[in-house]
Amino acid sequence: MTILDEAPALIESERESAPVQRKRKRTPLTWFRGGGLSNLLFLAPMIIVFAVFSWSPIIRSFIMSFQKTNLITTSWVGLDNFERVLSDPLLGTAIVNTLYFALLALVFGFPIPLLLAVLMSEVKRAKGLYSALAYLPVVIPPVVAVLLWKFFYDASPTGVFNTILGWVGIAPQPWLQSGASAMPSLVIEATWAAAGGSIIIYLAALLSVPPELYDAAEVDGASVWRKVWHVTLPQLRGVLFIMLILQVIATAQVFLEPFLFTGGGPNNATVTMLMLIYRYAFQNSLGGNYGEATALSVMLAIVLAILSFIYFKVTERWSSN
Amino acid sequence: MKSRSRALIAGVAAFGVIASLAACSTGGSASGKTEIRVATFPPGADAAAYEAFATQEAQFEKLNPDIDVIGVEYEWTGPTFAVQLAGGSLPDVFTVPFTDAKTLLENGQLNDVTKEVTDLGYADKFNPIILSGVQDADGNIYGFPRQAYAMGLHYNRTLFEQAGLDPNSPPTTWDEVREDAKIIAEKTGKAGYAQMTMNNTGGWQLTAGSIAHGGRTQVDNGDGTYTSTIDNPGTEADLQFLHDLRWEDNSMGSNFLLDWGVINQEFAAGNIGMYTSGSDVYTALVRDFSLNPDDYGLTVIPTEGDDPGVLGGGDIAVVSPTVDATTKAASIKWIDWYYMQKLLDKDAAIADAEALVASDQAVGTPVLPVLDQATYEQSREWIAPYVNVPLDQMSGFFDGIFDQTPVGEPKGKTQEIYALLDSVVQAVLTDENADIPALLKQADKDAQALLDGN
Repeated sequence: MTILDEAPALIESERESAPVQRKRKRTPLTWFRGGGLSNLLFLAPMIIVFAVFSWSPIIRSFIMSFQKTNLITTSWVGLDNFERVLSDPLLGTAIVNTLYFALLALVFGFPIPLLLAVLMSEVKRAKGLYSALAYLPVVIPPVVAVLLWKFFYDASPTGVFNTILGWVGIAPQPWLQSGASAMPSLVIEATWAAAGGSIIIYLAALLSVPPELYDAAEVDGASVWRKVWHVTLPQLRGVLFIMLILQVIATAQVFLEPFLFTGGGPNNATVTMLMLIYRYAFQNSLGGNYGEATALSVMLAIVLAILSFIYFKVTERWSSN
Repeated sequence: MKSRSRALIAGVAAFGVIASLAACSTGGSASGKTEIRVATFPPGADAAAYEAFATQEAQFEKLNPDIDVIGVEYEWTGPTFAVQLAGGSLPDVFTVPFTDAKTLLENGQLNDVTKEVTDLGYADKFNPIILSGVQDADGNIYGFPRQAYAMGLHYNRTLFEQAGLDPNSPPTTWDEVREDAKIIAEKTGKAGYAQMTMNNTGGWQLTAGSIAHGGRTQVDNGDGTYTSTIDNPGTEADLQFLHDLRWEDNSMGSNFLLDWGVINQEFAAGNIGMYTSGSDVYTALVRDFSLNPDDYGLTVIPTEGDDPGVLGGGDIAVVSPTVDATTKAASIKWIDWYYMQKLLDKDAAIADAEALVASDQAVGTPVLPVLDQATYEQSREWIAPYVNVPLDQMSGFFDGIFDQTPVGEPKGKTQEIYALLDSVVQAVLTDENADIPALLKQADKDAQALLDGN
């Protein structure tokens, strides 16, 4: 009510100040004097780089999703590309595979870093050393890491992992060489490669948990497990949720592992959405189905945009809480 | 005010840095010569190969002082070729497989070289079957067929010996291949037989296997349409052969995700007893994968069934469609000198062989004639004193290849159908219960859908 009462007064004062504002109207000269040019010059490199390498490809690929093109001859085809992608039997396989990867990545990749972070936060000495060790895989270039693991995954009895399994009497596993075990093998490597980053974030979040809460729980006679369950996890709730959504978005775009480990095989067992986009664009040596590739990219981008929207809404609520 | 002018100076400086970086990318020939960028070797070729190339480059530039040759690393692979083509980063002179020539022609992506081929006197000399692959409906010629191969059975003589087999008597039937593979696997612990399965090579090899068993995977209807015939007894026999080696004999090792590069690497490292690939792969095995020549053996692939054949292919040297007339003329001179003259001219053949021998590069690798048979035999006589490949270890191939029926690669949607067949081969090798007839039926249907698609 107060606000409503004040509103006319505000409008009145705006009217009074209008001539003053007109005098201050921005002209190229005031823009220049106000540092407009130097600001623009400062921003120019960034704007050019973004425009050339980011915005222009995004716009171009959106346009291309309605075209049939080999980048030399181009024609408009309306929604044909979308229809063809949606009727491709491999699309279902790719979606299922991507969801399977995401699920396995959650099962392996979500609790393990959290567990390690909780354990590391309990360590009294050489905490920095453990953090550095945990973060080390992140420092290794991803391609190098995959090629290294490809060697570990050698399916012969003399392969690294199979030799280790042999020590405890387990028969050699086919790892990447079987449709059933290829995807879990990819996820194990991906978890190893990404865990370091998650651990560091969880560790930081754990440090922000007020120690009084633990003291209070201890006074109440809580065991370690009850402290974790009733104090640590509720305090980390926000971080955990954000990490979850970020992971879902990241796993929807998994490409490196299937591309380098298996090329989508065996028998399409590891063809993910991005692998399929890649295949559309580059499998045919003579021009590729860039239209279909960009159509699927656009559809994936829409799904991820929805996920991102949810993510923003959730973080907004979390921040206000 | 002071801070604003400082900011302005900083902004101008930042912009200047970007502008100067951008300027770095523009270049040009300062010497006034015509620059041509020509394909050399795949990435990873050894230094000696480049030494040989440098010698040949110098020889060419001496004969053509107005041309500056710039060698560019180049390898034909499905994915990167498309990108290079689209991005305009292909060299001015490069090679493409026969299978892609027709589509490139139809897309207007090759330079018309009819006049040059005729002027140089090659038009009547090419093997007409091969030449038809680079001609459009009006008979215009768009490239120089420069090398052809036939599928061969490559084997490791050392592994044969270790397994107690005679390396001078390689297998001549598919049953013998199976028996030998099993013995090699049991005696040496290595893969007795291996098969490419990835990046379209699985389909390529399955097609070759189908033809060797009397099958054909595609029928050219002659009116621009094609009928898929993948589901034929030859393909089924080849897949059953692979299935038996993998699941009954366990003689194919443990890696079933192999492409051209990886299988060569494994073979050169002595981990594979036998595999099928183009007869000309020896050069790459030695140059790029450090194969010990003593290990190498080559024979013809066994042929069985009704009307069997041997899959053949090869590549053509072409000029980028985007070059100007001067660069095109210089590019043609290079193609003629580098690829063609050694097949026709004694001095050129000897000079080429000498340059290769001086850098320990392979001379005399088995290829098929792209020109007529007489010219081919003549050119092999010229280089006979320089041949450094172990010909006696390839006698099985030379003795048998001209008795086999050459069959060209399918022309409709070749690479896409090869990619489709990759997963069929992978399914058979990684799933013991794979239903071969069902897989073939589905592949046939999918291939026909691709063929009908455009």
